[in-house]
Amino acid sequence: MTKTPLSSILLVLLASLIGSFGAVFLKLGAAHLNRGFRYILNRQLGFGVVLFLGSSVPFVMGVRHGELSVLYPMVSLGYVWTLFWSKLFFDEPITKAKLGALAMILAGIICIGVGGR
Amino acid sequence: MASSVTAIPQQAARRPNKSVYMVLGCTVFAAAAQVLMKFGANHAMPHMNPAEPSTWMPFAMALLGNYQLLLGYGVQSGNALLLILALRDGELSMLYPIIALTYVWVNLLSMYFFNEHMNIWKALGIALVIGGVALLGRASSRA
Repeated sequence: MTKTPLSSILLVLLASLIGSFGAVFLKLGAAHLNRGFRYILNRQLGFGVVLFLGSSVPFVMGVRHGELSVLYPMVSLGYVWTLFWSKLFFDEPITKAKLGALAMILAGIICIGVGGR
Repeated sequence: MASSVTAIPQQAARRPNKSVYMVLGCTVFAAAAQVLMKFGANHAMPHMNPAEPSTWMPFAMALLGNYQLLLGYGVQSGNALLLILALRDGELSMLYPIIALTYVWVNLLSMYFFNEHMNIWKALGIALVIGGVALLGRASSRA
């Protein structure tokens, strides 16, 4: 199919899942900042940053073999995970605009991936 | 987009807009970080065996010498800080997908740095991503 091995695809998918949880914790931790910037050192934000930076470890391992333009679409699934976590943890509504925008973005990223072969 | 934002009443066009622009800024940082990490990942690294302490030092030195990878992490940290500030307001499900704009920048940068070529699929993909992000931006200004 491509020069990109399955192990790279799985590593990058793992990175997307870790990154989506990172976003949830960043959002949780960012709420503390509304009480003042000095609250930037809080546990939730720290965990979010660890997940966010940590997600780049499997990403770097993944992109080592294979093309960035093929592996990159895999990361985009993180937006889908985040949509579910946002509903689950923050009770944010899943609107038509969000679904439409997400569909466009995913389609676009798949097109970019196809164009990258 | 900006002109339609100013046209709506002050109360409706609250802070979410500022968050949207901050996340747009994040995408530029993220694209730079991805390109730097791709460069860094191409560096030849010595084999490291966790069970053999003698292999730790060469690996650590090679890691510290891999300035592109380190710079990539540095830029990614700046990106995280900006994202945190952006996430104070607005919905995560609205703001997070905007990060997809990173793909657009990465593709343009990849043409320059990695000699990848533009084609009809990439152009279509870039247009769709920009369209999706614009849709989110419009939706957030109504929130």
